[in-house]
Formats: sequence, structure tokens, C-alpha cells
Amino acid sequence: MTLLSPRVLINAALLLLLAALPFLTDMMGDSYYTGVTSRVLILAIAATSLNLLIGYGGMVSFGHAAYLGLGAYIVGIGAFHAIEDGIDWMLNGYYQLAATLILSALVALVIGAISLRTRGVYFIMITMAFAQMLYFTAVGIETYGGDDGLTIYSRSDMLGLIDLNDEKSLYYLIFFSFLAVLYLMHRLVGSRFGAVIRGSKSNEARMRAIGFSPYKYRLTAFIIAGTITGYAGFLMANLNDFVSPSMMHWTRSGDLIIMIVLGGIGNLFGPLYGTIAFMALEELLSSIPLTIGGLNVGEYWQIIFGPLLILVVLYARNGIDSFLPGTRERAK
Amino acid sequence: MDGLLLLEQVLNGFQLGLLLFLLAAGLTLVFGIMDMVNLAHGSLYMMGAYFCATFTGWTGSFLVGALLTIPAVFLLGVIVEMIALRNLYARDHLDQVLATFGLILFFNETTRLIWGPIGLSIPLPEFLSSTVEIIPGAPYPVFRLAIILMGLLVAGLLYFIVARTRLGMLIRAGASNREMIGALGINIRLLFTLVFGLGAALAGLAGLMAGPILSVEIGMGEGILILTLVVIVIGGIGSIKGAFIAAIVVGLIDTVGRSFLPEILKLVLSDDSASTAAPAISSMLIYLLMALVLAIRPQGLFPPKGVGK
Repeated sequence: MTLLSPRVLINAALLLLLAALPFLTDMMGDSYYTGVTSRVLILAIAATSLNLLIGYGGMVSFGHAAYLGLGAYIVGIGAFHAIEDGIDWMLNGYYQLAATLILSALVALVIGAISLRTRGVYFIMITMAFAQMLYFTAVGIETYGGDDGLTIYSRSDMLGLIDLNDEKSLYYLIFFSFLAVLYLMHRLVGSRFGAVIRGSKSNEARMRAIGFSPYKYRLTAFIIAGTITGYAGFLMANLNDFVSPSMMHWTRSGDLIIMIVLGGIGNLFGPLYGTIAFMALEELLSSIPLTIGGLNVGEYWQIIFGPLLILVVLYARNGIDSFLPGTRERAK
Repeated sequence: MDGLLLLEQVLNGFQLGLLLFLLAAGLTLVFGIMDMVNLAHGSLYMMGAYFCATFTGWTGSFLVGALLTIPAVFLLGVIVEMIALRNLYARDHLDQVLATFGLILFFNETTRLIWGPIGLSIPLPEFLSSTVEIIPGAPYPVFRLAIILMGLLVAGLLYFIVARTRLGMLIRAGASNREMIGALGINIRLLFTLVFGLGAALAGLAGLMAGPILSVEIGMGEGILILTLVVIVIGGIGSIKGAFIAAIVVGLIDTVGRSFLPEILKLVLSDDSASTAAPAISSMLIYLLMALVLAIRPQGLFPPKGVGK
């Protein structure tokens, strides 16, 4: 791939647009899209990390939303105790962040250690079941709102370094976090570690024959992806000021997979395009100004979205990626 | 008193277990011979409940409604298979998961469009809505007993079909080597469609029986779908016997655990923390069981012959 292929230019243009977005929305006098784009970028962080598992490693984890909820709940629980019980240090963003990263890594370690012993469909179902277990745990804990969730009355306190209550600061924290994750993925996939992960996807027996034990590498990838998504959850809680079990519901994990597939699987920028496409489709379909027989079509947008998904799976296997010009930097 | 409660909860556990078995049997068959993950199985369960509510409303009789529902869901399953799923057999599991996820969205929204967002209820006839004393002093709803009987009956019938009939022989042969039975001149397409329809009918049966005790509502199939997945993973994907045993075990642990765990926890924790922790822990029990089983036997308890190596 040459340095300035059309594909690189398109990706760069998109990143530039994202970098300038808060100022563009300022000019339009409507900051609505800054919030929406913050959300898109957080989900893109989660989807990009999941792409390491699904796209490069062939590990179809169907429980990735659990980490998103985990990170978000730590912010929520911290704020809850800081305000209800006056435990001020629990509002400290750095403690919350450390707890998020450590806890999501540990949870990913436990889930991964058990799930990765299995293959194929078993793996899909087990990761899904573990995530549901965390979901039901969150539903069951009445102290933190149970089913109804927890409103976060105070965002993480970053001790003056960055003010998360300021929409622009939060946006740039999210944006630069996304860039960092993108760069990390780029380096990771190109490294020896990434080669083992990709190799284990295409032919596990050969990887073993040349002396690698895929399990360790897969588990490491699983933990990396879980930790990054936990971090995305930390950001999400600060953006939404709210956390509830529905964030970790298995359909949310499904959404993340859809984002990856829409964007083109196993491609560095795929999850970003996929997330944008997913959110745009949701927005567009749900606002179709069409009324048939007194029924508003937009209200039932999933009737269109469901079959559309099936069509994408059947006929547009590589998602948006296949519509972009240039050679695909695809991990085979 | 506790003994009676335990008896009642054990019966409830059996009843949940048998419902799970009806769902798991279809799912595990479809997986076993077609190597196909079908997340939309829960939607067929939901359609069973909605069809039954509608037919019961039209005919005024639950039994007639139920009898109409089963062929209707069978037909629905056949149509879904022919339109959407047939093209997915050759694809990888990720594609199947996504496409059937799309089907769930479609079914949920279509249901909301047709039946509205408010749940329905299925009225039971007099003789099914009464209670009967199973032992003196312990009344138990007749309908729940009927579910247990029906579940056992279907399990027996299914065993007979799979173990003793020509169709069952083809199903078993398909589960161990799909290409080979195709090469032997069996029309696999037709076999696949039939098996899928059979699985759909079983899911519909589970739905119409669950309808009167739970409520008929959108998304009712999703919670039970996850339980069903746990069941077939524990039992070993593709195995009817595994599905039966795992379904009963999961049903019992889930039901009995939920009602007795608070008491058990109170022995080791304070009353307060026991009643806080119990709901969370009891809903985790079956997942812990699954994790335990898989840590020891990654292929489940009873993987079908010729699979798993």
C-alpha cells in the first residue's frame, strides 16, 4: 500500500473531520452532534478492540458489552458512594480508571481462560452466557439501582487536568483515546504477537507445528480487548451520566458485532466506518417520514434493519470496506 | 412446611426444565445436523405464544388454539428456513449469528406492529386452571402438571423418532457426517427443512405452554434463549440425551436455587447481606454450573458420537 493511496486519503479526511467536529458544530450553533459523535467514537473504541478478537483472531466473542457496562458501573458506583456516603476519593477519576482497567482485565482473564478452552459455537455461546451472568448480577444488586440503573450525579474528577463536564474536553479525550487505540491496534496487528493471532485464526495446527501455543496468545488478546472496552465504558458513563444493566445486555454485544461486520471485518478502520454506519442507519431509519395506514414506519425501523442485516451478511460480506477504493489491507 | 415448599419447587423446576428441553431439542438438532447457530429460535417460541393467544381468542378454546398453533409454527419455521436460513448453512458461525440476530429484530418489530406493544394473556379452560392436591395438603396447578406430562411425552416421542424411525436414522447420520448422507442420495435440503420445521414446532409448543403462566410479550424468547444455549452447551451440542439431562438439571438448579438460596446464605451471612446477595447469586448459579462443566469437559457432558475430536 502506497503512502498516499485514495484509501489512506479517505481515512485521513475522516479523522481530520472528526478532529475539527466540535468547532464545526460550534459554527453551526448546534452542539447536538458533538454528543452524538462522542458516542460514536466510544463505541468505535469498543468495536475496534473487539475487531482484534473477531477480525484478526477469529474469536467471535458475543459478550463484549459486559466490559462496557463494567467500566461504566465503576464510575457510577464511585459517584454513588462519593455523594451518598461522602467518600470523596471514590470520585477521583484516576482511581476509577485504575479500578476499571484492573477489574476488566481480571474479568477478561477469568472469562477468557474458561471460554478459550472451547471452539466455534461453544465459544460464542459461553462468552454470551458469561456476559448475561454479569448482566443479571447488575440487575440483582438493588443498592445500585438494579434494573433501573444508576444516575451519575458527578462525573469523574480528573483533578484539574481535564474537565469532563466540559463537552469539548470530554470529546477530545474520547477522540485522542480512539486515536491511541487505533495506533495500538495497528502496532499490535503488525507485531509478532499479531502474526501469531492471525496465524492461529487461519491454521491453528500449523501454528502449533511451528512451536506456538495459541491459547496464551489468544488469552492475551482477549484481555487486551476486554480492558480497552472497559475503558470505553468509563468514557461512556461520563458521557451519559447514567449506567444501567441494559448497557451489558447481550443484544448490545450483538450491536458491536454488527458494527464490525458493517464496516468490514479484520480491517483497522472498519469498526469506525461500521459504527458510523450503524448509528446513521438507526438515525435515518427511525426518522423515515412515511406513514402507511396510520402507522409511522420510522417507529418500526427494525423491521427494515433486521432484513437489511441479513442482506449485508449474505451479499456484502466485507461491508463498507469493499466500497472504498484501493487495495484492502486485510489480514488473511 | 419446608418439605412441601421444596416439593413444589422441585416440580416447578421440572416444569421449567421440560420447557427448556423442548427448546433445546430443536436447537441442538438444527445445530447437530446443519452446523447452524440459530439465535432466532427464541422468536419461534414467542410466535408460538402469540399464535396460541390469537387462535384461542378466535376459537374460544385453548386446546383448539394449541392444536392450530403447532402446524402454524411448523409452517413458519419451514418458510423462514427456505427464505433466509438455507443460504447460511455454508457460511461461518459469525454470519449465522448475525443473520439470525437480524431475524430476531424483524420478528420482534413485526410482532409489535401486529399485536401492539402490550402483552397478551392466554385464558385457560376450567379444568386446566384449577389445582389438584398432589399429596394431601399440597395443592398444585393442574396446568403445570400438564406441562410436565406433555414435556415427558414429547421427550419420549422424540426419543422414539430419533432412535427408531427412518427419519431419526437420517438425522443421526446427518449429525455425524453431512456430506456422506448427501452422497448416498438422500435429499438433504428436504431433510434440513423438515428438521428445522420440527425444531420450530417444538419451540412453538414450548411457547404456547409457557404463555398462560408467564406472559405473552415481545422479547419473551430472548431470556429463555440464553438459558437454552446454556442447556445445549452443558449437554453437548447435537445431543438430544445431553439436552434432556442438562435441561432438567438447569431447570431444577435455577428454580430451587432461587427459592432456597436466601435461606442457605443466611446461615453464613447476616440477614441483610443475605437478602441483598441472594438474587444476584441465584441468577448466576446456572452460569457457574456451565463454567464448571466446560472447565472440565469443553465439549459438554454428552457430545454426540464422532463429534468433538
